[in-house]
Amino acid sequence: MDFILEGIKQAIMLLVEGNPEIVHIMFLSLRVSGIATLISLIIGLPVGTFLALAEFPSKKLWISMINTGMALPPVAVGLFVSIMLWRSGPLGNLRLMYTPSAIIIAQTIIAAPVVTGLTLTALQQLNPRLKLQLYGLGASRIQMILTLWREARLPLLATVIAGFGSVISEVGASMMVGGNLRYHTRVLTTAIVLETSKGQFAIAIALSLILLLLAYTVNLWLTWLQQRNSQK
Amino acid sequence: MYNCYATIIQIDLHKMRKFFLATLISIAVMMTTNACSPVAIINPTTAPLSNAKTPHLEEKTHSGTHIVSPVNMNQIHSNEIILATTTSTRDSGLLDILVPQFEKQSGYTVKIIAVGSGQALQMGKEGNADVLLVHSPSSEEEFMTAGYGIQDSLVMYNDFVIVGPADDLAGIKGKTSTEAFKSIYTTKSLFISRGDDSGTHSREKQIWKKVELTPDPKNGWYLESGSGMTDTLRIASEKHGYTLTDRATYLSLKDTLSLEILVEGDKSLLNIYSVITVNPQKFPMVNHEGAESFADFMLSPDTQIIIAEFGKEKFGQSLFTPAAGKTEAELGK
Repeated sequence: MDFILEGIKQAIMLLVEGNPEIVHIMFLSLRVSGIATLISLIIGLPVGTFLALAEFPSKKLWISMINTGMALPPVAVGLFVSIMLWRSGPLGNLRLMYTPSAIIIAQTIIAAPVVTGLTLTALQQLNPRLKLQLYGLGASRIQMILTLWREARLPLLATVIAGFGSVISEVGASMMVGGNLRYHTRVLTTAIVLETSKGQFAIAIALSLILLLLAYTVNLWLTWLQQRNSQK
Repeated sequence: MYNCYATIIQIDLHKMRKFFLATLISIAVMMTTNACSPVAIINPTTAPLSNAKTPHLEEKTHSGTHIVSPVNMNQIHSNEIILATTTSTRDSGLLDILVPQFEKQSGYTVKIIAVGSGQALQMGKEGNADVLLVHSPSSEEEFMTAGYGIQDSLVMYNDFVIVGPADDLAGIKGKTSTEAFKSIYTTKSLFISRGDDSGTHSREKQIWKKVELTPDPKNGWYLESGSGMTDTLRIASEKHGYTLTDRATYLSLKDTLSLEILVEGDKSLLNIYSVITVNPQKFPMVNHEGAESFADFMLSPDTQIIIAEFGKEKFGQSLFTPAAGKTEAELGK
């Protein structure tokens, strides 16, 4: 039990003195997961919107596939991306294996279905007549979509939060495709695994607390964005 | 109501544009910062021939390790090498000391992938690593005869030990490794096996073979952890079981374990580490120059001294004994 107190003490120490390695690990985690979330937003927002609004025969099939994708196990994604990126794999020439870019690719694959699926749900729960009404007002298609996004902004921000949460906390894929290389691809979660296996429990707990703090800060900001206008 | 939506649409377009612009800019900024920091340092694919090529060539000839032939345009050059290694060299902290020194001397960036020896050799077979640091002599032999490697040199050795709880219910303390395994088998004492085809695991299987016993993981007393040495030691410690471990990993974790060395000094417990360079003929992407330079570094007298000294301060004994230039038969005498 002493580990926990010791861990809290160490976490504060590491943060206060700005230990360069910890700072590097923190910013790498934030950057990698941030970029992965942004890319999955760029993919997921339009795809989710399309699936919510368009009507076509195989729609239900696609939706069920996206929903399954929301439960993609990170290790399976890690394995798939590794096979692709290994030198012996089809994309081996890009030499992306064991780089932060490889982690971004894997995390994007993990987060994109989450963002797509939740965008779809967010838009489907809007009153379907809103779309017709907007067209009736002479809105163009883009204007209509933007208005729908605005209407669903609360669940859409929840989508961003869920997408970011799913990748910042993920360890399986980061470990496999990143390799947990010190100063290169060591992120908070993989560092926690390493320190635990080395028996450095206090540092592992400190890193866990830092990870929680980081996730909390990002979510605090997103929640602030989300709740800012909701009272009006 | 209708007017309300009409104004929202107008405001929206204005706001949304700003929002998208901001998002795009932030993505661009993040991408560029990403591109010029770690990715670019370890992954100079954009300009493989011009990037950092000249300085590192100069440096290499400077230090006199070997003379580099002119750059061959057909070969993919890179200043990064992938080192696939057994977990013990990393977990004991040895590589944390040696690799930065090698990087400084040679200009190469080393990516250490710490896996079991079995997986490390597999990575070499598929050209996914340039140089290997492993301790599984029988699998290494197979690897070399199949032509996957070019050079296979002894670097250092230490020994395996059998560790277990202090109360030692199987009564193996002071026995030889074969006797110890037999009494663990007959008393059905808990034994944690690596179960991951690592060098340690293959040694364990060798001993079981020697005593002509095959423990079945379904029996309940013989467990396979399927993880690295540190995790396996932790499981053995928590469950009061026995396990076979390399001395270096055990010593570096000793303070957090409730396990003691019960069997040691047996000749069949010798643990030999070799450095292997992967054959670039099979995989043109393999960085053979880098691999050779790493192997030379590991075998150089200066490095061998560092290896001999490593751990003395912290553990009161060195974790590895240097063995460059020796043969397997000469060791342990």
